[in-house]
Order: sequence, then structure tokens, then C-alpha cells
Amino acid sequence: MRFLRRFIARLSNSVTKRREDERMREEIEEHLALQTAENLRAGLPPAEARRQAVLKFGAVEAIKEDYRAERGMLFIENLLQDSRYALRMLRKSPGFTLIAIVTLALGIGANAVVFSLLNGLVLRPINVPGGKDIYQIEQGKDPSQSYPNYLDIRDRNRAFDGVAAYEIERAGLDTNGTPDPIWIYETSGNYFDMLRVQPFLGRFFHLSDEHGFNSSPYLVLSYGYWQSHFQGDRGVIGRVVRLNRHVYSIAGVAPPDFRGTEIFYSPDVFAPIVDQEQIEGLNSLTDRGNNTTWLVGRLKSGVTVSQAKAHLDSIAAVLIKTYPKNDEGLHFALGRPGLVGDSLGGPVRAFVAGLMLLAGLILLAACANLGSLFSARAADRWREVALRLALGSSRGRILRQLLTEAVLVSLGGAALGIAGSIALLRALSAWQPIPDSPINVPVSPDAMTYVFALLLALLSGLLFGLIPVRQVMRANPYQGIKQGSDALAGMRRLSVRDVLLALQIALCAVLVTSSLVAVRGMVRSLHSNFGFDPRNAMQVDTDLSMSGFSGDQLPVVQRRLLEAVSGIPGVTAAGISNRVPLNLGWAGSFGLPGQHHGLQALQQGRRRHSI
Amino acid sequence: MLLTQWRCGILLLVTQMSIGETRHMKPKRDVQQGTLALMVLKTLDVLGPLHGYGVARRIEQISGEMLSVNQGTLYPVLLRLEQEGAIASEWAPSENNRRARFYRLTRAGHKLLEAEKRDWEQAAAIITRFFEVKVEDLS
Repeated sequence: MRFLRRFIARLSNSVTKRREDERMREEIEEHLALQTAENLRAGLPPAEARRQAVLKFGAVEAIKEDYRAERGMLFIENLLQDSRYALRMLRKSPGFTLIAIVTLALGIGANAVVFSLLNGLVLRPINVPGGKDIYQIEQGKDPSQSYPNYLDIRDRNRAFDGVAAYEIERAGLDTNGTPDPIWIYETSGNYFDMLRVQPFLGRFFHLSDEHGFNSSPYLVLSYGYWQSHFQGDRGVIGRVVRLNRHVYSIAGVAPPDFRGTEIFYSPDVFAPIVDQEQIEGLNSLTDRGNNTTWLVGRLKSGVTVSQAKAHLDSIAAVLIKTYPKNDEGLHFALGRPGLVGDSLGGPVRAFVAGLMLLAGLILLAACANLGSLFSARAADRWREVALRLALGSSRGRILRQLLTEAVLVSLGGAALGIAGSIALLRALSAWQPIPDSPINVPVSPDAMTYVFALLLALLSGLLFGLIPVRQVMRANPYQGIKQGSDALAGMRRLSVRDVLLALQIALCAVLVTSSLVAVRGMVRSLHSNFGFDPRNAMQVDTDLSMSGFSGDQLPVVQRRLLEAVSGIPGVTAAGISNRVPLNLGWAGSFGLPGQHHGLQALQQGRRRHSI
Repeated sequence: MLLTQWRCGILLLVTQMSIGETRHMKPKRDVQQGTLALMVLKTLDVLGPLHGYGVARRIEQISGEMLSVNQGTLYPVLLRLEQEGAIASEWAPSENNRRARFYRLTRAGHKLLEAEKRDWEQAAAIITRFFEVKVEDLS
């Protein structure tokens, strides 16, 4: 309490300095007057009386210093003083300051961007309550499982608090007569409950809604889709819509920050997986040999990953024995969820780690560069420093002043770098590399990024600020004042700057070489031979099930489509394929003969330029 | 808390107190300030409101050595006590009809003085017992 009171008093004194100085001066004056009067009474002559009083009072300036130190926050006041002085010095050499700040902005900005990637893709667990306990149950490196096996895992295991299944599909959502192509998650009924997500509006569907196939006519909208297609209308709950022509009612809206369990993919709508036959036109849920479902589970508290793995192995052994035809060689693995199960996990982690290393080297090169700049500057300012030393300034105080200057520069660089990286990351987060598919890289910077950038700034500021310190601390102020900056000529033999130069060249060589290798690799993969010629080929995407066609109707409609497209002027050939080369391959129409037609069309197809 | 630190070092003070030399030695300075603070509190307790010079004179009279060299050191201590709320101050006319800053003890200062006095007496009693111990008492 007393400490707090004193702290507040000192803080306010730091602000209102003047009046207090006046008070002290007046008090001292009064003290001396009273003591002088006393001395006069004791019989001393006036001049001597005054002299004795002053002597008795002690060193006035020293006491004033003490008084000031007691009164305000000396540390903070010194820091402010140093900062003001440093700003003045930096303003005097704007070219130097600008170069230093921009160099650092590049270095720190690059690190902030890469760290955001690392944070968004690798460090941050999946964005649900207790997300670090969520694991992907895979087969080796492949996340796909069959639905019947999923049911067995769900019901037999004792290592997980719940295991949920999901699939990514396309569908047509019909709210006003024309179907709108959307991307959906088909999920098991326990999906939201297992992830412990709460609806933003309405309710989610649950395991208790499932009563066999095609039994759970409920949809959950993602927050983004609700905003963009329903204008955030709260009356949307209970509204009847058609999903691929089948009647569903909207049960609820997912919270804004929930976008399923895949980092790169944000679905528009969540639908029950038991309705797969209605949605996709065929039911793969009964086929134990059909691996299309992805599984995530929440590990029970107290169960280790290796225990869970052993437990899953025992389930696999039972399944192999019971269903030798489909489950031969079945084995499970646990991975981190989010990157197509964990199948992209290895490459993504390696890629981001590589980038982080490069960004670190960039910053190191920047620091080496600034270190030599600052030591050159210290040499130029040597006379000033020598003068201050000669006037009685302590070396510690000068050191602090130099470091303040360096840290100010690095903070300026960090501010600029962070501003740049925010712009870049926003653009990257909004970027959809593949048109029409909700795939993006959500890496908006968060508090972690800012803290990281700030720490880097302080660290690099201290790093390059300390480089000229040895020069300053070793040198002799007498020499300095006599010879100016020549006094440091002898010091140059220390050749800190030579070492820095060599370091800089080495780092830059590494960076330039690695960028050239990366660019060359990209150019090569852009010109690689695909086995077909993609020039002038156009792709038209359609999904007939969205319009309610199924079964035997499909080939008829497709033939009519092909004929209509071939009739368009300028089209030389047309074909249909359920998978397009180089695409992600999960957009499928099904039950079609004609995959080879599609490729043939690509090989032969030319759309003449029609200007 | 600070007063506790001072108290621990108070014994050193009696033999080593030489104010001019200790200016740059932090621990000893704390000792000096702590003892001085206690003396200031007691003086104001006994004599009522006083200006800085009055406090200095009184301490000088009683303690002799302590302030004869460096009366000015009193002022940082007064300021510190005021910031802690143990004393309060205001301007008033002094005996030579000029303006002086008069200090008086606050309620918090009273309590602080009582607590410090008790602790100090306790510490002194313990030390006294130690000084009186003879070899045969320990065996």
C-alpha cells in the first residue's frame, strides 16, 4: 500500500517537475537563512555565518540530485531523456535512419510473415475447445477410411472421448428455385458434440437425430455463408431449403471462427453424412472397401498417444480377422488434424521450417549490416562520446544511450515491418488459389505474431547496438578529444567490421543461391510435360445431381450436354471427365462412362481463337 | 518493506555512520535514511509540526554526530516520508517571518512510528542479550 502510494506520487512528480524544483529551492533557502540567523546569534560575522551554514548543509547539488531521485522515477526519466536525445540524433542523419529502418522492416517483416504461417499452420492447434487433444485417425499416411470401419472404431474404442467422421463434397443448395453450387461437409451426427463447438444460432444436429440412412434432414450453415447468402437473417432457423433437390431444414449457424477440421478448406454448409445417398445420389456408407471418410477423435484425458495407438492396433486386428477381404493389412496411425488429415503435415512443416530458417538468415544479415553501420557511426561520434566521458558521464550511461538509439531504430523497423506483414497476410488469407473452391490459407496475424515481432526487434536492436560497444568502452577519452575520430583508427585493427562484412557476404550468398534454386524449380515445374497440351483447353464444371438427375438419366443428359457444347462456334472437340488432370480430384460426378473421352478431348481439343 | 531493510542494518550505523563517505554506497545509505526516518517521525511526534531546519536542529541536539556534517540529507528523507503518507506538509510563516514548509505526523505516520519502535526495541533487546552472554552460559 505504502509502496503503491509512493509509486503514484513519484509518477505524478515525473510529470509535474517544475513546481517541485521550486519548492526544494525555497526550502533550502529558508533552511540556510535560519541557520545563518542562528550562527549570527552565536556571534559569527555575517559572511562567516552564511559560509558556515552552507558548509553545514552539505553539497547542495548532490542533495538536489538525491532529492530528485527520491521524487521521480529516475529510470523512466533517464529513458525518456535518452529517447529524446536519440530521436534528435537520428533526425540529424535522416539517410542513415531511413536505411536502418527499412533494412530492419524487411528483416522483421519477413520473419513476422513466416512466423504467422508457422503459427497458423503448425503451432496453433485446431480451433476448437481443447483442440490439442484432437487427433486424426489415419491409415498410414492416408486419412481415408471406410464408413463401416468408422462405426467399428467409434463403438469399440475406449481411448477416445468420441470419434467423428466427415467427407468433403459439392452440392447444390436451392433456396429460391435455382441451385447454388456450394461446398459442404458431410459429418457424422456426433461431429459438433465431439469437437465441443457451440452453435452461433439455433442448434447443431446430433447423433440422436440419426435413425438409419437418409433420416436426418437438417443442415448447419457456416457463419460466412449465412452472412453472404442470408444476410445474417436470424429468422433463417427452421427455414426449408433443398439440397440437391431433397428437402432439408436449416437447424443452426456455426460460430464465426469455426471452419471445420481442415485448415485449408472452409465449407459453406454442414450436412449429416447418413444422408449421403440423398446428397450424392449413391451410398458408399455400406461398403467396407470404399475408403472415403476422414476420422477425427478426441483423446481421453490421461491416455497417451502410444496407448491410443496400441488400442487402435488391437481393433485393427479384430477387423482384419472378421473382414479379411476388405481389411487385409489394415493398420491405423494417429496424426495431427487440419492438413488433409495429416497427409500434408510433413511437407507443410518442412516447408515452413525452411522458410523460417531463411527469414532468420535475412534478419541476421540485416543485423550484421546495421552492426557495421552503427559502428561506423560510433567512430564518427567518438569525439562527442569522449567529451561526455571527460565531463564525468559514466560509461554505463553512455552505453545505455547508444543502446536506446539502436532499440529505437529497431522498434521503428518493427512497426514498419509489421504494418507491411499485416497487409501481406491479409492478402494471403483472402487469396483463393483455385477458383470456385473454398481453399485458402488462413494465416491472419494474431497477438503471438506481434509479440514475436516485438521480441525480434528488441533482440536485433540489442544485437547490432552492442557491436560498437567494445570500441566505446575500451577507448581513452583524452585521446578522443585530442584527435577526434582518428583516435579509433588504432581500434580498427580489431576489425569487428571486417568480420561483419564477411558474415554479411556469406549470408547473402546463401540467401541468393537458395532463392535462385527455388525460382528455377518453379519455372521448371511450370514448363514440365503433362502428357497433354493445356493450351486453349477450357473447362466447364457441372454436377448433374444438383439438378436432381440420377441413375439412367445421367448418360442421356450428358450426351445432350456434349452435343450442345460441340455446337458452340469455335469449339473443335468436347469430352466429359469425372476427374480433371492436375485438379484436386474430389469434384466428382459419378456413374459415368467416359473418363477416357475427357482425356482424348484434352489431347485433341482446341478452341480456336475467335476474335 | 524498506523500513525493514533499514532496521536490519541499524546496528552497523552506530559505529560506521560517516555520512559523507557513504553517499555512493547504497546499502549504508539505506541504513542512514532508515534511522533518519525514524528520528524524523519521533521528533515530529514529540514536538508537533516543525519545518525542516527545526527537525534538523532537534536531531542534531539529540544524536550529536548524525547531522552535523550534512544537514541537507534530511530533505530527501522528508520527501520520501511524505510520499509514503507518513507525514504531511504545508507552507506557513516561520519565526523570522518568512515562508517555511512545516511537516506534521499523519495517522499513518503514528502507526508506522509505533510499529517501528516496537520492532526496534525488540531487536535491541535481543542484541543486548547476546552482548551479555558469557562463555559459561553457552556451555
